Amino acid sequence: MTHTPNTGAPPTLPAIPPQPPAPGAPGGRSTTPLPTPASPPSPPARRRTAFAEGVDRLRHAATTEPGRLRVIGAALAALVVAFGAVTAWQMTDRAAAADAVLTSSQPLTSDAADIYRSLADANTAASSGFLAGGQESAATRDRYERDIATAAAKLVNAAANAAPGSPSTQTITRLNRLLPEYKGLVERARTYNRQGYPVGGAYLRYANEKMQQEMLPAAQDLYTKENERLRADYADATPYPWPAITLGLAALAALAWAQRRTYLRTNRVLNHGLVTATAATTVVLLWLTAGHALARSHLDDSYDHGVRSLAVLHDARIASLKARGNENLTLVARGAETKKVGDRTLDAYDHDFTRDIDTLAKGLAHAGRLADDDAGSKPVTAAVGSMTEWKKRHAAAREQDENGNYQQALDMVIGAKGATGECFDAVDKNLATALEHEEAEFATAAGDGRDALTGLPAGAAVLAVLGAAGAVLGIGRRLSEYR
Amino acid sequence: MTGRRTTKPKGAMTMHTRHLRARLKGWGGVGAMAAACALALVFALALTCTGSVASGAGAHQPAGHRTTQALTADTARAADDCEAPEKQTLPPSRADGPAITAIKNRPGEKRKLIVGVDQNSYRWGYRDPNSGESGRLEGFDIDLVHRIAEDILGDPDAVQFKAIPTDQRIPAIQDGRVDLVVRTMTINCSRLKDVAFSAPYFKTGQQVLAPKSSPVEGYDETLAHRKVCTAKGSTAYAKLEEDRRNGDLPASTDISTTVPNQLDCLVRLQLGEVDAVVNDGALAASQAAQDPTVELKGEAFTTEYYGVAMKKDADDLVRRVNQILVDFRQDTATGWQASYTTWLSATMDDDPSASRPPAPEYLRRD
Repeated sequence: MTHTPNTGAPPTLPAIPPQPPAPGAPGGRSTTPLPTPASPPSPPARRRTAFAEGVDRLRHAATTEPGRLRVIGAALAALVVAFGAVTAWQMTDRAAAADAVLTSSQPLTSDAADIYRSLADANTAASSGFLAGGQESAATRDRYERDIATAAAKLVNAAANAAPGSPSTQTITRLNRLLPEYKGLVERARTYNRQGYPVGGAYLRYANEKMQQEMLPAAQDLYTKENERLRADYADATPYPWPAITLGLAALAALAWAQRRTYLRTNRVLNHGLVTATAATTVVLLWLTAGHALARSHLDDSYDHGVRSLAVLHDARIASLKARGNENLTLVARGAETKKVGDRTLDAYDHDFTRDIDTLAKGLAHAGRLADDDAGSKPVTAAVGSMTEWKKRHAAAREQDENGNYQQALDMVIGAKGATGECFDAVDKNLATALEHEEAEFATAAGDGRDALTGLPAGAAVLAVLGAAGAVLGIGRRLSEYR
Repeated sequence: MTGRRTTKPKGAMTMHTRHLRARLKGWGGVGAMAAACALALVFALALTCTGSVASGAGAHQPAGHRTTQALTADTARAADDCEAPEKQTLPPSRADGPAITAIKNRPGEKRKLIVGVDQNSYRWGYRDPNSGESGRLEGFDIDLVHRIAEDILGDPDAVQFKAIPTDQRIPAIQDGRVDLVVRTMTINCSRLKDVAFSAPYFKTGQQVLAPKSSPVEGYDETLAHRKVCTAKGSTAYAKLEEDRRNGDLPASTDISTTVPNQLDCLVRLQLGEVDAVVNDGALAASQAAQDPTVELKGEAFTTEYYGVAMKKDADDLVRRVNQILVDFRQDTATGWQASYTTWLSATMDDDPSASRPPAPEYLRRD
């Protein structure tokens, strides 16, 4: 039992209020206060989301200059990289579409037009050859064979370029099936014709029916579909890349703000890193705008002066082919088919001929307006001249036929000299020349358009990385001043 | 152990029942479907039966077709009122009337006889591709046309030929597109309502044409389940349709293939799209002449006469053509007999007696 004098408390009567009993206190030996909680224990704090914590940390960091600099640097780099990425992505799409216009969809559209033309021409050649009587000449036979070969070759090409399972593929398959059928009928017709049997003519009528009712509509369908594809490719290649441009402007604005801020705080005018970033971003933005504008203008040019002219010329050529076919059939059918127009009964094929030649005249006039240079308008003018002569000769041939001079009419249509066949050939040849010219014009313009985009996606990506690096380094230089 | 033994079969039992129920459910579905199918079948059969009762052989035809059939049946029946159509023509005469005067008065180059012909009937009216003159038509019908032109206009070549599909012969005459039709055209009662005919200039009858290897033997039950081709608007089609309706032709014979020209039938036959062709014997023979692998099967099962068709009111022209036909038949040097020898003896019988029409009678009264 020891007494400490300081306490001054009688051992028996405690003067201080009773304290909670302490373990092992009976002897009153321990005087050090026990650790007691200052307040009643609070419930355990709920765990907060990572995002909220991050925001908190950011807010905390933003209260100090280094923290703020870090945030600004990250934002700048992200903006510049985003701008580069979006530019590269959008320009890749447009470059691909421009390339498709030049190397795939336009050639395929031309091919489809050629398939139609070859088929119609083969049919006309076959009917000129001997539907109108007599053995076909070597020239018409060659023409027929060449047309069939062209159609077959272009069909293979079209099949190779069509997306599997697309409606175009079905049409191509159909045409591929019908072509040998048609050829088989024509071959039989030839054989019987050589033997002098009229059943040869019946085979040719059957072949003609197959061509008119199944093959030509299918070819027309293919042409329409390829045309749609071409227009879709144009639509993909030409629109302004607004997201990329917007991001570029935003990146530039952010860079400008960051530099002004640095200047206000440090009085230093140039921060190398930020200047590099600004320069890179500006170059990409200018390249993007100028390159795309140039490409767009070339592509628009190729559409206006190439594709539209080509379409008009193709249509005119097809109209002239149809007119020739109907002119032949007028003689072949020999009044078998008639059509009532108002109260007049007209020969059905001659009626169709008139319609086709009107289409041809309109098409040629349109093509003449679209032709923008001498080389383009000269063949069109020549074709118009041939067409005028054709109409004149056709009218004379019709008069002979109406007067019952069938043989004379026949000579005036499929004969050697002074026949309407000459005029048709001249129209066809001139249209072919005009088509060739427009095709070349198209290829130049569309090629320029595509080339204007060359390197843009890769360049944008590289420059954007450079810009982002510049931004980070520039901010990092400021940041290092705080260490 | 015992407990397990008792529970196991119990479990198996419930599982079994559940399976059975599921299986029954499955079978129930199938059964219901089968029942539905059977019902549908019965329904369809009932419909088909009533259909065939209603329209005889037309059971497999769509409703629209049946109506046209019924219509043709009506016209055929109405036409049956007339007796011996080949005799319903006017007596011959050389007198000019309004129709002939109109033809003669055509100005300049147009002073020609406008005649509807065929350019696909071998040896009748066709173009020989090897003749050198590609626009020239020739054949038995064409000979007759030249003769008529010579008689009326004094020039055998004063003719404007118009090729006309089989079913356009009557409209072409009615519209005035042609003066005459000389195109292996059978004189019959229904046509007599729309046009006037000359006296007959050729005798023929419908015959069946099929590949030599074909089991088809003629116009009989061997045509069952076969596809038969005819020209649109031909007497052959009318006959097939009538016979199938009243049961003389197997109902299973498919006569739906019709073509603009009889020769197109030969194309379909060679391509295997049809099994047989029914045509006038004269034309069937000209088809057989173009293909050594086909032949005429069986005898002619009708008797028909070809006549020159003209506008119904062109009485003077009818009389004049009848006069020309009298001369044509009598002229042994360049007339009927000569034309037959030139064009038809090779493809038909050497002896023309079966094709020569009987002495004409002129019984038309109006």
